[in-house]
Formats: sequence, C-alpha cells, structure tokens
Amino acid sequence: MNYHFNFAPILDQWPLLLSGIGLGLLLALVSIAIGSVLGLVVAFASRAPNRWLRSLAFTWISILRNLPILVIVLFLFFGMPQLGLSLDKITSFIVALSLYASAYMAEVFRGGLLSVPQGLIEAGQAIGLTSFRIKRYIVLPIMFRNALPAFGNNFISLFKDTSLAATIAVPELTFYARKINSETFRVIEVWLIASLLYIVCCYAITLVLRAMEKRLVLEKT
Amino acid sequence: MDWSYFFSEVIANRGALLHGTAITFTVSLIAILAGTVLGIVIGIAVTYGNKPLRWPARLYIDIIRGTPVLVLVLTTFYVSSAVGLNFTAFQAGALALTLFCASHVGEILRGALQSLSRGQIEAGRAIGLTFGGIFRYILFPQALRFALPTWITAAVEMVKASTLLSVIGVAELLLSTQQIISNNFLNMQFYLLAGAIYFLIDFAIEQVGRSIGRRLEQPTRRMV
Repeated sequence: MNYHFNFAPILDQWPLLLSGIGLGLLLALVSIAIGSVLGLVVAFASRAPNRWLRSLAFTWISILRNLPILVIVLFLFFGMPQLGLSLDKITSFIVALSLYASAYMAEVFRGGLLSVPQGLIEAGQAIGLTSFRIKRYIVLPIMFRNALPAFGNNFISLFKDTSLAATIAVPELTFYARKINSETFRVIEVWLIASLLYIVCCYAITLVLRAMEKRLVLEKT
Repeated sequence: MDWSYFFSEVIANRGALLHGTAITFTVSLIAILAGTVLGIVIGIAVTYGNKPLRWPARLYIDIIRGTPVLVLVLTTFYVSSAVGLNFTAFQAGALALTLFCASHVGEILRGALQSLSRGQIEAGRAIGLTFGGIFRYILFPQALRFALPTWITAAVEMVKASTLLSVIGVAELLLSTQQIISNNFLNMQFYLLAGAIYFLIDFAIEQVGRSIGRRLEQPTRRMV
C-alpha cells in the first residue's frame, strides 16, 4: 500500500471542522435540555395513579426507543411538510433528537425515581409536607443525583447522534467531513481527523461529567 | 390525504419493501453474530488479558465507542476502497456494524465478568481446570445471565444502526423506502410505514429479551 498522507488540505479547513463540532455540541445540548424536561414529565406520568396516563407514558417510551433515529429525523424533515408543518433543517433535527432523547431520559429518570427510598417520602409526609413539596425537596434532588451518570452517558450518545444531521445537510462535523472528502479526495486523512475529533470530544465530555459527579454525588456511608 | 393511492403504491412496491426488509435482517444478523464472536474475544482480552493483550482491546473499545456509527460506516466504506480493498457497500457496511457491535459486546461482557468474584477462578484452578475450562464451565455461564438483557438491547441497537447503511447506498429498508418515495412523493406515509416495520422488528426483539430476562431472574435450577 503506497498511500501518501497529506493532511494539509484538511487542516486548511480547520475552522469549518471546529464550527461543525461546535454546532454538534450545541444541537446535543439543546436536545438533551428539551428531552430532559419532556422525559421528566413522561417519567412522572409512568408512575402516575391514572392507568391511561401510565400506559401512554410507556407507549411513548417504547415507540421512540424502538425507532431508528434516522427514520425519525427523515420523517420530521421530509414527512411533516405534507401535514403543513415545515420546519427548517436545524429546528426539525432538534425536534427529532429531543423526542428521541425524551424516551431515553424518561427511562433514566424512572430508574432515578425508583431509587428514592420510600422511607424518605414517608418522612416528608410525617412532617406535613404537601405532595408537591415532597417532590420538590425530597424526590427530585435525590433522583437527579442518582440519575447523573446515566444522564452523562445519554449526552455522549446524543452528541454522537448529531452526526445524523449530516443526512439533512445540517453543517456539523460529519457534513463537513463528507464535503472535504469529496472535494479533496484525501479520504483516509479526513476520516481519521473526523473520527479523532469525535473521540477527543467524547473523552473531554466524559472528563467534565466525572468532575461534576464527584462534586454532586454524596459519599456512600 | 389519499390513502387508497398509498395502499396501491405499497402493493406495487411490495417487492422492494420486502427485499429491503430482508437486507436489513441479513446485515443486522451478520453484525450481531460476527460482532458477538469478536466481542467475546475482546471482552476476555480486556478482562483477563495480560498488558499487551488488554491495552489494544481497551483502545479498540474506546475508539469505536467514541465515534458515531455514521462516521464509522462512512470511514469503513471510503477508507476500504482507498486502501485497495474492493468491498461492496454491503460488505463495508456489514463490517462497520460488526466492529461497532463487537465493541459493545466486549464492554457488556467485561462488565458481566468483572461482577464475578475472583475466588471462582482460583477455585477452578484448585480443581485443576485450565483457563479455557474455567471460562467455559464457570465464568461464561454466569456472565451470560448478567449480560443477556443488555445484549438484547445491543441487538436492537444494531437493527436501528443498520439504517445508516442507506447513506452509503446499501438498499436496506430505509434506502428502499427513499427510492420508492422519490417516485411517488408520499414522504410521510412511506416513512411512517418504514418506522412501523422497524418498530415491529425492534419491539419483537425487545419482548424476547424481556421474557428471557424474566426467566433469568428466577434462581437457577440445581441438578441434585
């Protein structure tokens, strides 16, 4: 194999690649924020006293978790205009990723809710807190802390899923990598650099999350 | 909305849809089977290997899990032809999914193996088993119980990830759907149909996983 490596044409486009990474991180951040709010609602609905609400929540989780994210993205971008709902590509991708994230976050929060000791809730009732205040001061803080590691993993998955935005021409890293690939034909170099950028980013996110966990998670006594 | 037109189009294109579903099945199955075999090797290497074995395995898992599957698929497809391997899109795609699956299975198996106590290996050694024997008769059966539910989830992920092969031109279910749409412009209806088919496949796998998981939670029957 005599392939002559030449990274110069790709490094010339460095600002594009960086802006691609930035957009990817932004998409993941916005989606996980919206997805967490939705997921929290779904998680509480899945533990609601009302049977219909519970099955609605489980149907939501089951459908979104078992659909390929690419199908959701394409459906929202190409299918929804037929129903008169045209979103621009970035908005439509954020909606798709948020919906997808909501199902996973609902599972995370549901696990977090189950991990709140029943005794603490009873203690709250015993000192006369309303059910809203029990949720606000007892259930939610414990749930968030327990959910943090899984939250981090989901964020990394979502960041990797932002690469799918390239299929509807959202200019993130994979989109630029494909563009540079077809313009320069430096095939190996461009995919090497794109993969490395993703790996470095994921690793950096892991480090940040670990530092956060260390600060927030109480020592097990 | 004209649903009768949609149904007539579905019937007219049933061949392409069925063929696409078959390709989705085939490529997922190849990835899951080959990926599991490779993943078991990697999982063992990363858990019990000595340094020169453990580090490459760890690096493999971290690199593959740190890249998006789409990038992995595109990299495999373009780079394999750049280095002179004449893979078809199907082969390159199957290879990418296999590599992806292997990293997941490796990580799942590592987690399961590490939850077993070290003393069991020593007990196995004490009764004179080789490492192969210890793994085959002591560690693997227990690790399987831990790992099976997660493994099923990984299988669902493989079916979902197979949609990404549409990007490199493998005519699996999603690309077949897109080709049909480019003729009749029934975007919403056909994406819904594709979504429904994927949902059914994944939901079925998930249910099988659930029932296996329920059976595994019961204590093992002891042969007395």
